[in-house]
Amino acid sequence: MITARGLARRFTARGRTVDAVKGVDLDVAEGELVGFLGPNGAGKTTTLRMLTTLLRPTSGEATVGGCDLLQDPVGVRRHIGYVAQGGGTAPECRVHEEIELQGRLYGLSKADSIRRGAELTEQLDLAGLDQRLTKTLSGGQRRRLDIALGLIHAPRLVFFDEPTTGLDPQSRANLWEHIRDLRAEHGVTLFLTTHYLDEADSLCDRILVIDNGEIVAEGSPDSLKASVSGDRVVVGVAEDSASAAAEAAGRLEGAHEVTVTGEGVRFRVPRGDTAMPELLRALDAAGIPMLSMQVQRPTLDDVFLTMTGRSLRDAEAAPAGEAAHVA
Amino acid sequence: MSRDIWLIFRRDLSLSMRNPAWIMIGIMQPVLYLVLFGPLMERVVSNTPGFPPGSSWTILTPALIIQLALFGSSFSGFGLLAEFRSGVLERLRVTPASRVALLLGKVLNNALQTVLQAILIIVLAFLVFDLDAPFGGIVLSLVIVGLTSTALASASYALALTIRNEQAFPALLNAVLMPVLLLSGILLPITTGLAPDWLYAISRINPFTHIVDAERASFRGDVTMDALFTGCVVLVVLTSVTVFWGARTFRRENA
Ligand SMILES: Nc1ncnc2c1ncn2[C@@H]1O[C@H](COP(=O)(O)OP(=O)(O)OP(=O)(O)O)[C@@H](O)[C@H]1O
Ligand SMILES: [Mg+2]
Repeated sequence: MITARGLARRFTARGRTVDAVKGVDLDVAEGELVGFLGPNGAGKTTTLRMLTTLLRPTSGEATVGGCDLLQDPVGVRRHIGYVAQGGGTAPECRVHEEIELQGRLYGLSKADSIRRGAELTEQLDLAGLDQRLTKTLSGGQRRRLDIALGLIHAPRLVFFDEPTTGLDPQSRANLWEHIRDLRAEHGVTLFLTTHYLDEADSLCDRILVIDNGEIVAEGSPDSLKASVSGDRVVVGVAEDSASAAAEAAGRLEGAHEVTVTGEGVRFRVPRGDTAMPELLRALDAAGIPMLSMQVQRPTLDDVFLTMTGRSLRDAEAAPAGEAAHVA
Repeated sequence: MSRDIWLIFRRDLSLSMRNPAWIMIGIMQPVLYLVLFGPLMERVVSNTPGFPPGSSWTILTPALIIQLALFGSSFSGFGLLAEFRSGVLERLRVTPASRVALLLGKVLNNALQTVLQAILIIVLAFLVFDLDAPFGGIVLSLVIVGLTSTALASASYALALTIRNEQAFPALLNAVLMPVLLLSGILLPITTGLAPDWLYAISRINPFTHIVDAERASFRGDVTMDALFTGCVVLVVLTSVTVFWGARTFRRENA
């Protein structure tokens, strides 16, 4: 559905150049649900705007929905749906007017766009808001209207730029469900960006992690997490036996990043669950009593941390301590 | 393409009809000129040589209509900037609808509005004042004002999308419109009989001078080649160039 090679975009504003996207390669198969994960300013929106013909790439090429991005942009537009990060509803228009116009611009007849609009407003919990001016909708309602507009022509390929930002937890879960249905029941290919780890994790088949305009990691949520060097294990022991415990932990197969902390030992190991009994026996044999233990599966944030040295959750805050530790 | 133009035209039309007050506010300025300035002109015209032929009302009314187009349509780019900021433009640009149709649908609505306002002013000038003009000439003058509005609105949209700045855009327009207005002889015709040579010479460079001249000629019912030719050529060239500019700006990949 999407193939891109070396897609790049440079912005020049007042003599300053920003390489927003630096040569991205993408392959998305039909029916896939792919997530684009990255912190603010990583280049997610810029990539999406290039793939949707809104922005001309500085270099690179792509085919989207079977049409060449540069040779046949209208063909691309015909095949895709796009929901922009900031939405796109006119404040002075009524909900039903926007829906009808959108459908008709995609070539539906008036009757068809009304029928299709009714279906979508029902599914997206917008029923009864037809006559409202869009400026009177709540933020979440307006977001759901944006999504309805992007889906009006039942596209085979949909780009969502941060679809759930601004939605309450229930609407968010509802939209996830809707997205899953689109794929499961209609075989729609979805490409969405997010900076919510849980969203990428629970929704996507495959995740592309982007940072500073480059794809730094790619894979299913599980394989990405597995690629991070294993589970994080924290074992509590008395302070005077901490270094002995660290030694025992270091002898475990694949153990690394072993650190002695005030309350015990912290390390990473490929399979925390199988390593624990072994460590328990080793500590027992050495006569060191274990006070507590904790095994933590890696999260996508760990992936991001490993790839970029920064935490996604607070790429803007200062995760310097931990980043330095990992590096 | 024509379907897309129609859809966009209808959307913009229904948005502007939602606030019909704006149409009235738009004609306030020319109406004030008619009421408060027109009577003054009546004496001046009859006592001063050098004015074009015709009564003061056939000199003033057509010029006020061009002024209406000038000020009404030049700022239409402002609304486009709002659509740009709210993401509406991008939403429309990602549909398969022709991007040129997005421009033409909007421009058509601007032209229609200007023509409607022009009709109101002409009716007022007929009923309240002493305007006397042939029907055919009035129709021709409406075509001229419609095209003028088309040209100005296209240029305004292109300019707005090019500079994309809500402060700079009106400032720039005001700076351009003031000299254009003065040099087109809208309030006082710039004729060889009234103006010094240098002013007359400069005014001839201004395309709107010729458009105002043509509009006055059609109000007089003077539909000879001589009176209309230059104005119509200027108008057609101006419209083609600005619509082309607008189309190119709308079609550009990097919005
Ligand atoms: N029109 C533009 N002109 C100049 N710079 C731009 C423009 N659009 C984006 N950029 C820059 O390109 C970089 C990538 O921006 P982009 O919007 O793609 O990030 P993003 O990953 O979508 O971030 P966010 O999560 O905040 O939406 C940023 O540094 C941004 O400032
Ligand atoms: Mg973004």
